[in-house]
Amino acid sequence: MALTLKSRCCVVIVLLLASFQSMADTAIDARHFEDPVMAERYRDLTASLRCPKCDAQAIDSSNSPVAADMRERVALMLHEGRADKEILDFMANRFGEFVLYNPRLDGRTWLLWALPAALVVGGGLVVIAFVQARRHRRVRPLSEEERTRLSSLIHRHRERSE
Amino acid sequence: MIRRLLLLLPFLVFVGLAFFLYRGLSLDPSARESALRGQAFPSFTLSTLEDPGAEVDESLLRGRMSLVNVWASWCPTCKEEMPQLLALSERGVQMVGINYKDARDLGRQFLEEFGKPFEVNIFDPAGDLGFELGVYGVPETFLVDANGIVRYKHVGYITPAQVDEVMAEVEKWH
Repeated sequence: MALTLKSRCCVVIVLLLASFQSMADTAIDARHFEDPVMAERYRDLTASLRCPKCDAQAIDSSNSPVAADMRERVALMLHEGRADKEILDFMANRFGEFVLYNPRLDGRTWLLWALPAALVVGGGLVVIAFVQARRHRRVRPLSEEERTRLSSLIHRHRERSE
Repeated sequence: MIRRLLLLLPFLVFVGLAFFLYRGLSLDPSARESALRGQAFPSFTLSTLEDPGAEVDESLLRGRMSLVNVWASWCPTCKEEMPQLLALSERGVQMVGINYKDARDLGRQFLEEFGKPFEVNIFDPAGDLGFELGVYGVPETFLVDANGIVRYKHVGYITPAQVDEVMAEVEKWH
């Protein structure tokens, strides 16, 4: 099969990109868990812990040394049989609230958690108010004069269309 | 009248958003609150850089206020920080070093070359104490009061202009 120059270039570029991607993947240490549930918990935990050194990266994808230390500690604590919450609290107690991608509910973060719910409730109330207002809008009945005019108009329209 | 006022609502929402976004521009994105402030310095048992046979623990930091500096020979900004640490030690602050994830000979060599502000250096080759302290960017400096409580934390190197700032904290918690 003869490939045009353009499509050959495309293939080369795709292969190059794919190899970069696999390089990036292997840079992060792979961990092996016998228990698939524990492996899943490890994945979730390392994805929900933010690397303190980097601004917007979870520890599962960061090459920073502190992220490696944190991954190692998460794995260790999982093997020790600690609960997810215990592990998250452990990290937050050392590196600060910053590392939790799901911040805990407290005095400073209540607005963060309450605002979406408040907006949904508020929006719902506005919709209900609208619907109620429409339903109760007074419809003024036609006067006798208007009624005769309307029927004559309809009558005329019918005659013309026949 | 109320309908007229309702027309102003989008504008007010805009003003509110603009205020918060404008304020966000002047916040430091790398600033973090210290998790350890107001808490006891974590317990540890390690040797010192000076003496492999020595054994020190958190009681080292009791009885006197100390400024604990986490440093390493592989950290370039630590070299730039040394003159400020020497200045602080000359002003009478007890300095304690934590030699973090380092090798003994490299650490000693570093001190020979760049100065010795520390009364003692805790040797933490595996970074275990650093982890307990939540260290993520060497150098980091912790002010520990006479009761072993962490009072202040400085992440990154102390610039010459920040020496007075650190000194003010030292006096505040004396």
